[in-house]
Amino acid sequence: MLRIDGAHAFYGHIQALRGVSLDVQEGEIVTLIGANGAGKSTLLMTVCGNPRAAAGEILFRGEDITRWPTHRIARAGIAHAPEGRRIFPRMTVMENLQMGAVAAAEDDARRAARLEHVFGLFPRLAERRFQRGGTLSGGEQQMLAIGRALMSGPKLLLLDEPSLGLAPIMVRTIFDAIATLNREDGLTVFLVEQNAYMALRIAHRGYVMVNGAIAMSGDAAALLADEEVRAAYLDGGHGKIAAGEGGAP
Amino acid sequence: MEYFLQQLINGLTLGAIYGLIAIGYTMVYGIVGMINFAHGEIYMIGAFIAVIAFAILGPLGGGGVVVALLVVLLVSMLLTAVYGWTLERLAYRPLRGSPRLAALISAIGMSIFLQNYVQLAQGARTKAMQPVITGGIEVMKGETFTVTLSYVQIMIMVLTLALMAGFWTVIARTPLGRAQRACEQDRAMAALLGVDVDRTISLTFVIGAALAAVAGTMVVLYYGVIDFFIGFLAGIKAFTAAVLGGIGSIPGAMLGGLLIGLIEAFWSGYFSIEYKDVAAFSILVLVLIFRPSGLLGRPEVEKV
Ligand SMILES: Nc1ncnc2c1ncn2[C@@H]1O[C@H](COP(=O)(O)OP(=O)(O)OP(=O)(O)O)[C@@H](O)[C@H]1O
Ligand SMILES: [Mg+2]
Repeated sequence: MLRIDGAHAFYGHIQALRGVSLDVQEGEIVTLIGANGAGKSTLLMTVCGNPRAAAGEILFRGEDITRWPTHRIARAGIAHAPEGRRIFPRMTVMENLQMGAVAAAEDDARRAARLEHVFGLFPRLAERRFQRGGTLSGGEQQMLAIGRALMSGPKLLLLDEPSLGLAPIMVRTIFDAIATLNREDGLTVFLVEQNAYMALRIAHRGYVMVNGAIAMSGDAAALLADEEVRAAYLDGGHGKIAAGEGGAP
Repeated sequence: MEYFLQQLINGLTLGAIYGLIAIGYTMVYGIVGMINFAHGEIYMIGAFIAVIAFAILGPLGGGGVVVALLVVLLVSMLLTAVYGWTLERLAYRPLRGSPRLAALISAIGMSIFLQNYVQLAQGARTKAMQPVITGGIEVMKGETFTVTLSYVQIMIMVLTLALMAGFWTVIARTPLGRAQRACEQDRAMAALLGVDVDRTISLTFVIGAALAAVAGTMVVLYYGVIDFFIGFLAGIKAFTAAVLGGIGSIPGAMLGGLLIGLIEAFWSGYFSIEYKDVAAFSILVLVLIFRPSGLLGRPEVEKV
């Protein structure tokens, strides 16, 4: 579904990605974990062409989208619920959801059905549909960010730290929703998380990013059991995993 | 009392025209965060196109005044929109992502260029036109003064109201308006959702220019004389209106336009007509000092 091959990305002179390669298969939940500043968000944004990969290739369903403009990538079926949620603050919940449907150039029936689907997944959004995005709580904004991404009926959903700043109960709600979407609708998900434990629990596979490169990869269960990963990202540990390509044990 | 009423009518007419121009400033500011200093010139070009269109259409005759007016209006809106689109394409888009100062200088450059372009193409002398619509209604007859509401004034107010209502509907209810607002609030996010940001910005310039063209056509009908320099003063006043209303706010631009028109009319009616422009500029300075976010603008607090 998605294949990233040796991607490099820069912000001005700062290099944020140093040759990242990974792939996400259809129907999978793949998670990407790593410390603050590792380059996880940058990778998701690079898939969407902003910043554009300075070197390397990004393939989506076999097509090379590396040079495509961002809006075209979205219309091809990649939805992104980005870091910080980025809800339109002066638009209502309803309008935010309508904006999510921009990428889907389809008939109204499918659109209405998707709206029902999102409201079914997050009933709270239905209650708040006429409230302005900027006045929602953090958890509600996260639901809206995911709901908005789903409105285009994407083939691939990119999620950037959906658990950030949320109470445990809300984290559970969000992760349940992600797992449900994957299981029942077959949605492919690429999930960036700080909450490595939760992420590895619902994911099929995982990658660990260190300093703009992939340091480890493997089955989620294997990563969850791995000593190094445990020490660095679980058990409250803040140890380091050495940069460089390495497979899961 | 009669005199007051007359100034009120004059002020509202003027305000409608300023409001139409101010929308262009505020919309562009909202979406790309720059002041399009060439917008006054776009309005001036709209006025010239209207004069030329009237000149061509006049001898053709037939169809009556209403049809001629509609045709001129549409032609002016269409051609001026092309100018607005081209302006953005050539002078601003290549600079997107560069420091704001670059775009600002480019805007000032374009403003001077367009003035000179029209001066060369159309001559520096004022262009006068026979009144197309004459007459009016006597609203009130006092002992010394008769309040009149001319047909041109009625047309300006009605047309402006209709346009603003239509424009408002587009912004509030259509997918285009939603995309426009989304780009205003978070351009990168809008792109992630599939909005073609460049196209939306182009459309913003096109709409702003078309509204300015209406203002230009109205001014031609109202005053009957124009020259290549009218864009400067009208531009600064409309810009003042946009700042007074709160730059970035569309209702603010409409309100600011009306207020500036009224202030100017009352100032020249009761104080001195020579200093009427000073009034507008003083307001600009005062607003910038005491209430930079304007009447309906929101203070820059939220980080988007
Ligand atoms: N817009 C930007 N301009 C300049 N540098 C940036 C920008 N965004 C990110 N960076 C830098 O790029 C590097 C990677 O940042 P990125 O946001 O991708 O990390 P991350 O893994 O998502 O971290 P976190 O877990 O804290 O979200 C960091 O060093 C960061 O400072
Ligand atoms: Mg991040």
